[in-house]
Amino acid sequence: MYWDRKAETIQQEELEELQLRRLRAIVDYCYRNSRFYRSKLKEAGVHPGELRRLEDLARLPFTTKEDLRENYPFGMLAVPREEVVRIHASSGTTGKPTIVAYTKKDISTWAELMARVLTCAGVTKRDTIQLIYNYAFFTGGLGFHYGAERVGAAVIPSGVGNSERQLLTMRDLEVTAFSSTPSYALYLAEFARERGIDVGEFSLRTGIFGAEPWMRQRIEEAYGIKAYDNYGLSELCGPGVAVECDARQGLHVWSDHFLLEVIDPESGEVLGPGEKGELVFTTLTKEAMPLLRYRTRDISMLIDEPCECGRTHPRIARLMGRSDDMLIIRGVNVFPSQVEHVLLQFPEVAEHYQIVVDRRRSMDVLRVKVEVTERIFRGEPEELLRLKRELEEKLRSVLGIRAEVTFVEPGTIPRSRGKAQRVVDLRKG
Amino acid sequence: MVVEQVSVFVENKPGRLSKVTKILGEAGINIRALSIAELGEFGVIRLIVDKPHEAKAVLTNSGFTVGVNRVLAIEMGDEPGSLARIASALGDAGVNIDYAYAFVARAKERAVLIARVDDIKRAEEVLSREGIRLLSAEELQSL
Ligand SMILES: [Zn+2]
Repeated sequence: MYWDRKAETIQQEELEELQLRRLRAIVDYCYRNSRFYRSKLKEAGVHPGELRRLEDLARLPFTTKEDLRENYPFGMLAVPREEVVRIHASSGTTGKPTIVAYTKKDISTWAELMARVLTCAGVTKRDTIQLIYNYAFFTGGLGFHYGAERVGAAVIPSGVGNSERQLLTMRDLEVTAFSSTPSYALYLAEFARERGIDVGEFSLRTGIFGAEPWMRQRIEEAYGIKAYDNYGLSELCGPGVAVECDARQGLHVWSDHFLLEVIDPESGEVLGPGEKGELVFTTLTKEAMPLLRYRTRDISMLIDEPCECGRTHPRIARLMGRSDDMLIIRGVNVFPSQVEHVLLQFPEVAEHYQIVVDRRRSMDVLRVKVEVTERIFRGEPEELLRLKRELEEKLRSVLGIRAEVTFVEPGTIPRSRGKAQRVVDLRKG
Repeated sequence: MVVEQVSVFVENKPGRLSKVTKILGEAGINIRALSIAELGEFGVIRLIVDKPHEAKAVLTNSGFTVGVNRVLAIEMGDEPGSLARIASALGDAGVNIDYAYAFVARAKERAVLIARVDDIKRAEEVLSREGIRLLSAEELQSL
């Protein structure tokens, strides 16, 4: 089932033609309407007219989150203020906040892409969808909201918090689809279970999640639904950049609107399919705040094979981490989130773990410390040795390098709010 | 007839054993036997105590991860070769001894072998057929 069959199943050649046409237009548009980009392009010595092939994109300079911060609030605008109909903001966890502005057409395009996303996840006009998102400032709530309305579903903007009421709404209004952060979905299922409510008995059948690494199986089992991963970021629009289809073998990037590149985060070089790197997007149709080669710091890879769903848009693998968190161990790029993904597959392993990188006899050593609780230790060391073997095997196959699992007493790994503290790098120099 | 063994997970660093025994001592729990399994960076302290569930509670409260599992307390005669007799009786019957450790009760001058086996029921049958006595938790306490 497609929302826009023609756009979603466009032939490769036709898609590339469209991309090139739009790319040339947007670069020209940026050059003419954005002071920021005019000076940036001049500095790089690129004139819009010189873009002849899609590969020429690599000649353009990157845009970073730092650029957005430095030009806060309106320095990145490419339209007069009066054309702006909405402004979202992201809280600056480090320093200044950033904003994203939309024209009327931007909002409409966004809704259209979200309609594609929701249809991919099986949402139709017959569905009732509960959107458990913080609507304030953030893009998640309204992004899904507009898309779901466009699809024609009944939308419940339930916001965040008040779990009791969320559950009541879900049950009484016979909600069939919902979207929230994965961690809240898991929390809500737990909350219900503690009160003797089985969310698996509700009318739910589909869910869309994203924004953080999550374990599909846990959510699907708790709710008895099919769960889909989606990807987006507020700088590009919000959710609506990429989503899983029924095959759930990667996320289709709506590349008629977002031109994707995968680069080596160190060298900036463009990588090929199957190579792990940082996602870089060029917005092809945005009016208010177009972005050229925007570095997302999100790590994934391009899957360049036809998908069984019939959509021709390229896919990316589920996110592997953030380039800021990347560790280079024995020359291999390792992301803490990859370790987390592996640990999530062992539900008995407590959520408290720590990644320690050290150097032993000039050799990098990766250790994963796991706290021993009664869920993994019932008295016999064999249980631990078996778990250690299984974890190490799985880590090796996912990371491509050996990791050593060590067991520590409960409560010995420092508790902190930030996930950054999950990683300790003891290497010098 | 089985007795309960308390197993404590510890990191392999100084002072863990003394901490465990101190906690038990302060709670008035008597240790009958103790053995340590060392497995690289961690270890398991195995204890036979007079009050296993209280022992688990006080240790858990102190932040340790503790398991309680079932083992056999086998009375060893004082004639030579009694350990070999136990081992071969079990071995012949296809019962595996995962690990074992012995202790001598000072008061009654009796030796006891604590053994973890893979088939408790079968081990009980075989040993009783051989006339080897298993001690109950109560008997163990009175030693
Ligand atoms: Zn597909």
